[in-house]
Order: sequence, then structure tokens, then C-alpha cells
Amino acid sequence: MPPPKPVVKPEPWSSPLVEELQKRFPGAVIEALIFRDQPAITLQKDAIVSVAEFLKSDDGGTYVFLTDQTGVDYPKREKRFEVVYHVYSFKRNDRLRLKILTGENEKVPSVVSVWPAANWMEREIFDMFGIPFEGHPNLKRILLPDDWTGHPLRKDYDILRQDQAWVQANLNIKSGQ
Amino acid sequence: MAESTYLDASELVLNMGPQHPATHGVLRVKLKLDGERVLGTECIIGYLHRGVEKIAENRTYAQFAPYTDRMDYVAAVTNGMGYCEAVEKLLGVELPPRAQYTRMILAELQRIASHLIWLGTHALDLGAMTPVFYTFREREEILNIMEKYCGARLTTHAFRIGGLQYDLYAGFEKEVVKFCDYFLPKIDEYEALLTKNRIWMNRTQGVGVLTGDDAIALAVAGPVLRGSGVKWDVRKALPYEAYDKVDFEVPIGEHGDTYDRYLVRIEEMRQSVRIVRQCVERLEPGPIFGKVGKVIKPPAGEVYHSIEGPKGELGYFIVSDGSTTPYRVRIRPPSFINLQALDYMVRGHLVADVVAIIGTIDIVLGEVDR
Repeated sequence: MPPPKPVVKPEPWSSPLVEELQKRFPGAVIEALIFRDQPAITLQKDAIVSVAEFLKSDDGGTYVFLTDQTGVDYPKREKRFEVVYHVYSFKRNDRLRLKILTGENEKVPSVVSVWPAANWMEREIFDMFGIPFEGHPNLKRILLPDDWTGHPLRKDYDILRQDQAWVQANLNIKSGQ
Repeated sequence: MAESTYLDASELVLNMGPQHPATHGVLRVKLKLDGERVLGTECIIGYLHRGVEKIAENRTYAQFAPYTDRMDYVAAVTNGMGYCEAVEKLLGVELPPRAQYTRMILAELQRIASHLIWLGTHALDLGAMTPVFYTFREREEILNIMEKYCGARLTTHAFRIGGLQYDLYAGFEKEVVKFCDYFLPKIDEYEALLTKNRIWMNRTQGVGVLTGDDAIALAVAGPVLRGSGVKWDVRKALPYEAYDKVDFEVPIGEHGDTYDRYLVRIEEMRQSVRIVRQCVERLEPGPIFGKVGKVIKPPAGEVYHSIEGPKGELGYFIVSDGSTTPYRVRIRPPSFINLQALDYMVRGHLVADVVAIIGTIDIVLGEVDR
């Protein structure tokens, strides 16, 4: 019998970057974890824009490329949503994951002013999760119709559910299925 | 809306699409015009939205794999490869070399096939009828290889999480090498039709210029980023499979215009042939599956993994809660993010150039809308 495999789970991550962030923005870093060689830093929501500006600057490692931004819904948590940012630095050839926690109907500062690429991605998060971004130039739905109700990627939105009224009014389908 | 311009003529809003042959699918663009000149655009997308990310939360890891083929349906192999690799990363599985090289061969062939569709339709949009017949002829050869390997031509579902479903058929290597020999002179043929063609040059040079800094700020990736002079390719920067073991060049453009992006993609096809040849040489008999259980049950955690798709960086962000179903799958679609740059690229150009610029971004609406 081979010995049972050790359980793999995210571990605390310490690095000069995390220390620098803790020094510059006291209290902004909630936790830093690493899993499968991929570090993730959880930040205070209000600090995201200033931390983003720092990370984008030369001192912070020139994380100029916002690869991806998305949301995750954990309905059982006190703050149910996570907004996840993946940023990349050409200079360091390094990718970093940032996260902020937010509750329902709580506004999140937009990072469009730092990374213009966030424009459509934040609209998609707004569309799919209903997270409003403060300071976004054009926050409206992007994939679903403007007059759709509900946010499909929330966990309490069933896969078979859809906006029946909209479907009947616009597509002329009786059942919607 | 009606801001006064020259001679007090008001602006005109023109609707382009969603049923329009040059928008490559169901893309609707609202153009704000001053005469023939474009002042601004608004993209209206979502006509093909199928909720792929929601479907993922209701399927097991293995069940979701075929759905990825239906996003970028002209490059299904690379889509499936990105997903399989992301799950493998989550599981911490290493692939045997034979599986890696097979994946690379098929992925590079798929890149060529995708670029061929782009070249044919892009040229057709700009009035060159001939290339589309030539490129589809060569693409057919690639699709035949795909069909022989896994039975499907478009939505291939070629790979499985942990390796390959099927070993290569007898004579695969020979056919692939034969295709490479046949295909290289064909690229020169396309170039003879277009590269020094005066009409082609006039229609593409200086059209849709995107500077390197703008390209990075807008997070565009793939040939669009490289056309703007940024030498960055996921295969080189963050190698996956065995891309660190093969030699190839990353072509870049100089001016960031439509013509440069054309040259970049043409050169990429040559480099793909180079990669395919090296992979075929290194194919050795051996296992095709890594150590993956029958039931895929990754540990709780999250992973982001990206590959260089034909259209740009294709990333998968998977959150696992330790069960057999992904808790959340986010797909970073290259077409969606590259399309965002359209507005920056078309401003100040003529309506006819909008068609050229949509073509040069190389979007697939199945992937934009997911």
C-alpha cells in the first residue's frame, strides 16, 4: 500500500511584495495565500484602486496588464461576492491574483482608471453578478438584454430559470424552455 | 446626441449588424458618423450568449470539456486543450511526453486552420475573392487529419483531462509531415496574392493603428498585441506542455496597423509548421495518459491557467470546492477582450475601414458571447 497522499491546500504566502504592500497600505492586506505556485492576495475593498495604482507603477513591479477580472459568488459567507483580478507584469514575467470581498448591493471601486481593459469585464461582472462598480464610465449590461431581470451567475439563480416574462415578450416562446 | 459639427450638420448614427456578412457572426455595432468618418462606436454583443460558465457549475469536470469546443468553434482543439490543462494544473498532474507532443501538433495545426479562416474571410471582406478558396482548400487537409484522429472536424473534443483518449492512428506522422511540406509553399502563394498587392496595402496600411502602450492598457493579446510591437507570447513567456523544448520565433509588427497584424499571422503559420515538424520528430511510443483517477475530484483551491490560442491569451480560472463539480469556471475569452479595442481603433477612419478592422481583430462571436 502506498502511503496516503498529503492533502493539498492553499498555504500562507510571504514575499517582498506582500511586505511592501503591508508597509505602504497598513491594514489593506487581509491574507496572502499560495496554491499550485499561484499567489493570491486578498485586499480591503476600499484599498483596491490605490493598491492597483501602486502595482502598476515601476516600484510596485509594473503589473500593467490586467489579464482577467471576474467574480465568484459564495452565498453562505457574510460578504457573498469575491471580485478576482489577474494582473501580469511583463518586466517580472509574473502573474498575480488579487481579490476583494464585497456584500450584496455594496459598491466596489472601479479600476477602469488604472487598467482601461477593466471596462467590459466590470460590465460583465455587473451583468452576471449584479455587483455595482463605482466610478465606471458606462455601467450597464453587456451580454444580456438591458431589460433582463436577475443575475445568472449568482448561485441562487437556477440553471433552468430565466427571465420568463422577457423571453415571452421578445422571443414569442411560450414555455421559455 | 446631435452635436453641431461642420456646417452645423448633425451626426448620424448608423447600425451595422447583427446580420451583416462582414461582422463574422452576430455582432452589432452602432456607428456614430460625421459623413463617412467614424466618431465613435458602441458594440452590442450577447446574441450568442449560452451561459457556458453557468453550465460548467452544473456539470462534472469531464462533462464540461465538450462545451469548451463550442466557444471558439473554428479552434476547438485549443479551447479544449486550455481547459484540460487548467484542470490538470488543479489536480497537479504531469503528462507523459507523447501526450504533450500530440497535443502540441494538433494545437498548432488548429492554429493554422484558424488563421486560414481569418485570412480567407478578412481578404474577402476587403474585396479579394481568391484567397478564400485557397485557404479553405488547405484547411480541408487539416480537418481531414482531425477527422481521422478523433472522428470530428469542428467540435473535436480531441483531448481528455489527464491526456488523450485515443493514441495516434498509424501513418499520422507521415500525413502531418506531408501536410507541412505541402503547406509551406502555399503560404508564399497567399503572400504573392496579397503582400505586395497595391489595393491590399492601401486598404490595410495605416488602418486601425493600435500603439503598444494602448494594446497593453486594453489587455489585448495574441497577434493583435504582437502586431503592435509587443513581443509577448504565452508559449514563450509562461510555457505549457513542452513549448519550452521547441524552437520558434515570435513575429512582431512595427506600426500596429492592419497590415502588420496580417504579416504577423502569416509568419505565425510558418512558425507553427516549424513547431509541428519538431514535435513529430520527438514523438516516441509511450503512455498517453497521466495519473488521473476515473473520477476527477480536485482538491479545494483555485487555479488560473492560460494558453496561447489562435486569437490570443485563452485563460481558464477554475475554483474548486473539493467536489466533482467545478464551483466556478471563468473563461478569459481572447475575442471578447480584443473586441474592446475596436472603438479605439476605428475612430477617425471611414466606414469601409470598420470592416477591415473587425476582420483584423479576428473575433469569433461564439467566444465573445459564450
